[in-house]
Amino acid sequence: MDFFLLLLTSGIAVGGIYALIALGFVLIYKATSIINFATGEFMMIGAYIFYSCSVLLGLPAIPSFIVVMAGAGLLGLLVEKTILRHMLGQPTISIVMVTIGLSSIMMGLAEMIWSSDYKSFPALFPRAPIIVGDLIIRSNLFWGFVVAMGTVGIFALIFKYAKVGVAMRATAGDQLAAFSMGINVRSMFTLAWIFGSIAASIGGLIIGNIGGVQPNLGSIGLKIFPVVILGGLDSIGGAVLGGFIVGIIENLAGGYLDPLVGGGVKNVAPFVILVLILMVRPYGLFGRKEIERL
Amino acid sequence: MRIGDFKESYATDEAVFTTSTSRFWLGVLFLILALFPFMVGDYLLYMANITGIAIVAALGLNILTGAAGQISLGHAAFVGIGAYTSAILSNRFGMPFLICLPLAGLASAFFGVLVGAPSMRMKGLYLCITTLAAQVIFEFFFVHWESLTGGIRGLNIAPAKIFGLNIGTEFGFYWVTLTVVIIAATVSRNIFRTRVGRAFIAIRDRDISAELMGINLFRYKLYAFAVSSFLAGIAGCLWVNHLKSITPEHFPLHESIRFLAMIIVGGLGNILGAIYGAIFMTLIPEILQAILKFFEEIFPQAMSFLFPLQTVVFGFLIVVFLVFEPHGLAEMWVRVKSYFRLWPFKH
Repeated sequence: MDFFLLLLTSGIAVGGIYALIALGFVLIYKATSIINFATGEFMMIGAYIFYSCSVLLGLPAIPSFIVVMAGAGLLGLLVEKTILRHMLGQPTISIVMVTIGLSSIMMGLAEMIWSSDYKSFPALFPRAPIIVGDLIIRSNLFWGFVVAMGTVGIFALIFKYAKVGVAMRATAGDQLAAFSMGINVRSMFTLAWIFGSIAASIGGLIIGNIGGVQPNLGSIGLKIFPVVILGGLDSIGGAVLGGFIVGIIENLAGGYLDPLVGGGVKNVAPFVILVLILMVRPYGLFGRKEIERL
Repeated sequence: MRIGDFKESYATDEAVFTTSTSRFWLGVLFLILALFPFMVGDYLLYMANITGIAIVAALGLNILTGAAGQISLGHAAFVGIGAYTSAILSNRFGMPFLICLPLAGLASAFFGVLVGAPSMRMKGLYLCITTLAAQVIFEFFFVHWESLTGGIRGLNIAPAKIFGLNIGTEFGFYWVTLTVVIIAATVSRNIFRTRVGRAFIAIRDRDISAELMGINLFRYKLYAFAVSSFLAGIAGCLWVNHLKSITPEHFPLHESIRFLAMIIVGGLGNILGAIYGAIFMTLIPEILQAILKFFEEIFPQAMSFLFPLQTVVFGFLIVVFLVFEPHGLAEMWVRVKSYFRLWPFKH
């Protein structure tokens, strides 16, 4: 039972981080219908910017964090303006491949700049593990979860109350109607990329803080697909819930099945669940069924 | 339109190579391909062989993604299934190469249909993610089904023979690869001249319209998956018999992406495009290596940038082609040809 609770709590903690990354992904998808295969690389770049600021330049944590946000926002803006603006309305394959190409470029550049060696962060949070009753939670994981949930909360508040957030929701709901209400739809696309990039980079920061940074940190980004598909590609609430489901399932499956087959279950289990769910509900748990007209 | 190009019978109208010029150059190409192995060393033959194998796999993906419009992120897994099938058949049952080849294709086709089955209910991004899941799951089996696949150490196989002739050398294998490439290209070209191929294109262009015109979407999508993964399996069988060893690391997601990049850089849905793309993407690492070697004298650490530079150039090519030249190398080639047709006159 203890083992189960241990797996469950670490699953929830990891799931919260997935939820944050998935949020960034869904933001971009909802606004621009672009599926971002480079999410993982945005995470990696965020983590590397933080590493450069805090270790190489010796800045304290908070200013480094602000630099990461600014850098990630700038990166999102740049990518949207230079490449993805041209891809609006192109067939799915082009959009998928352009973001895959982008991820490859980012990965190669990161390896050139920071080398392929493993880099670790200075301690950001108190090292003492968090103890709840009988449970012991690793401090990095706990604080990572707190930061992730805080960020998700801030994004949720922005969407609910800030004018920008409402305008973005309107754009996602109906572009033409948003246009006629005087919303600058184009700048909403750019903004979606900026927000998406910031969300991903904060996720990358948390992951980097737990396990260090390497150019292939972005491979965690692949896990985003089970998460967002489970929740339905266009549902923010679904993405958050999907994050928790995937986090819990992969930890439980890893914990119980790994000894039987010799490891690796953690990475494959979310995909198995993904296939099973898609068989039953082809648009994910919370996705809307698209109605197509000729 | 060429002057004097009259089509007076259905046979001439339906011909693949319509002019005597193109038939002449095709003959020249075959002659060069036949003389090639006698003129070059083992290294170039090795390059030719891996290019040929990439061409077969790319032709397969081109049918599924380029023609039928179903994005597959799991093509490398199908190549892997073909390779493992072939290795297991020849190791455990001592089957000769010529029997392993079609069986490897069939095994891949079987799994291709299995992965394609969800296409009954979903399409586009959701299907794309399903193929991604297939890639991850098959990779897991390659690594963890140790009794069958040898785990991460993989399998080794003995050099193959055809009717007692040793094809284990680069020279011997060149003829096998060449034959398979020619057959695969001919078959793919001809698929597009049949009802099945045209149904693929109709599904890609607008699936609902295709269905209204009486095409059974599910069945034809499964055909596309089957043909595509059959070719992938054939490529896998060639692959394992060429390298004579196989590990799961040879078929990662990145390899699937490389196949997609080939058909995009070459030209989606275009047979020649798949061939150009496969050649181009196989040669790029070699070209980069040559360039860095050149710079090594000025900048001694140049070679350490080889791997990241390959990654960057790979991504850069995909992005540049998609943004500026979505129809790929095949389209560029057509433009160059039509420019020189009347050169130096403008019109």
